[in-house]
Amino acid sequence: MIEFKNVSKTFRSGQKKVEAVKNVSLSIDQGDIFGIIGFSGAGKSTLLRLVNMLERPDSGAVHIQGIDIQKLSAKELRKRRQRIGMIFQNFNLFNARTVAGNVGYPLKLAGIPKKEREKKVTELLQFVGLADKAKDFPDQLSGGQKQRVGIARALATSPDILICDEATSALDPDTTADILKLLKQVNQDFGVTILLITHEMHVIQSICNKVAVMEAGEVIETGNVFNTFTNPQHVTTQKFIRSVQQDLPSKSILEKWKANGGKKLYRIIFQGDITNQPILSTTTRKHHVDFNIVYGSVRELQERLFGNLLISFTGDDSHIKQVLKELKTIVKIEEVDDYESGLV
Amino acid sequence: MKVDWSSFWPQIVEATGQTITMVVATLIFGSIIGITIGLLLFVTRENNILENRFLFQLLNFIINIIRPIPFIIFLVAISQLTRLVVGTTIGTAAAIFPMTIVASFTIARVVENNLVSIDPGVIEAAQAMGASPLRIIFTVLIPEALGPLILGLTFVSVSLIDFSAVAGTVGGGGLGHIAMTYGYQRFDGSVMLVTVLILIVMVQLAQWIGNTLSKWIMRR
Repeated sequence: MIEFKNVSKTFRSGQKKVEAVKNVSLSIDQGDIFGIIGFSGAGKSTLLRLVNMLERPDSGAVHIQGIDIQKLSAKELRKRRQRIGMIFQNFNLFNARTVAGNVGYPLKLAGIPKKEREKKVTELLQFVGLADKAKDFPDQLSGGQKQRVGIARALATSPDILICDEATSALDPDTTADILKLLKQVNQDFGVTILLITHEMHVIQSICNKVAVMEAGEVIETGNVFNTFTNPQHVTTQKFIRSVQQDLPSKSILEKWKANGGKKLYRIIFQGDITNQPILSTTTRKHHVDFNIVYGSVRELQERLFGNLLISFTGDDSHIKQVLKELKTIVKIEEVDDYESGLV
Repeated sequence: MKVDWSSFWPQIVEATGQTITMVVATLIFGSIIGITIGLLLFVTRENNILENRFLFQLLNFIINIIRPIPFIIFLVAISQLTRLVVGTTIGTAAAIFPMTIVASFTIARVVENNLVSIDPGVIEAAQAMGASPLRIIFTVLIPEALGPLILGLTFVSVSLIDFSAVAGTVGGGGLGHIAMTYGYQRFDGSVMLVTVLILIVMVQLAQWIGNTLSKWIMRR
């Protein structure tokens, strides 16, 4: 659907040169909710703007449905842009137009007759739950309502792609959840492919099926969300994941644990179907070892379960070794060392 | 020498009419030219929808040259050009020409300043929807800036009343001329008072119209 092929973009202002996007290749499939995450200045916003050529790449190409959009004429590009909806962090609504006027604007651009336009606007406002606000002006709306208008406006011309520029970053957590739900609905009901950028991991966690992590203009890790969450490769990715799921108790608790003669801690990571089986209890019982769950969680991610538990074992050392050996064949297990727990 | 008011009132009425003609005509011509230049100045800026370094710098340069010249000096300085264009340097029509030039460049700046205050994100949104530059000018830039723009034009109208009085002193007619010949040169305080009062009323009226109009457009 959208393909970035070795795209690079550098901004120059005077002597200063900023390589916003460095040789990025990414492929977004039809029906994806693809999230690009990165700290501010990572280049994700520039990358997003390459999709509708609000920024042009210095090298490389962006293909949409197999067409190199850089090669389109100005007129063709405007036509193509009508099929790529875009929503923004600060909503960017026309303040001089009513809610209905905002949603109807792209339809006017597309040359849709007035009657049809009005019908479509009513439908869209119903879809985003703002049917009663048609005649209001943007400054009379709350942030969440403004973003709903933004979404309705972006969907007006029935686009096949929706790009979201930090669409929930200016919203409170409850409103963010509502807007994310709405985006998921847009993806499911209308089959719109969504490409979003964010600096918040929970956004990726709650709606994306694929993710790319950006740092200093480069994509450092990409894959489906479940694999990336359960097995992050890059330090930055791990940092983002820790921001949404703590996998370690606080330092003071660990210190207390150690001071009270606490045993070695092991982290066990379960994924998918394995969470349905009582593997811990069967293995430890077989070898006459006891286990104690010190910390951890089991959560749902992309409709699969994912467990991350900190465990200590009590029993004969050689038996514990046997237990670890057997568990290693079924689940991912690693010793929590003092370095990781911050006790060094 | 005292003025005979019974014969003088018609003169005042005529002069008021001339002043209003000068101001309104200048405002119309000046707005057409000024809004066009202001829009050009804005859209040709760096990173804007029709970025054009040369045109921007040229317009900017012309405005910066004309605006600091005091109006009375400008009026005299371009009198040859005025004669060429209007055919004469005396009378209401001859005053409208230099007033329009100065008003155009002042309005251009006012327009540019108002457009700069539009959130660039809104322009980006229109671009993302596939709007052409011309379309953005007429359906985004002008509507979004209209409220403050009218206040800016009101401000310009008030200074045009001032300009018209200046033009009046050098043969442009209108209330400025009356105030000069009867009030100043013949030391008649009552004439001066009447013209000043009329000018004050005109300024108040212009401001009131502008405020009401912009309030209606901004609906606040």
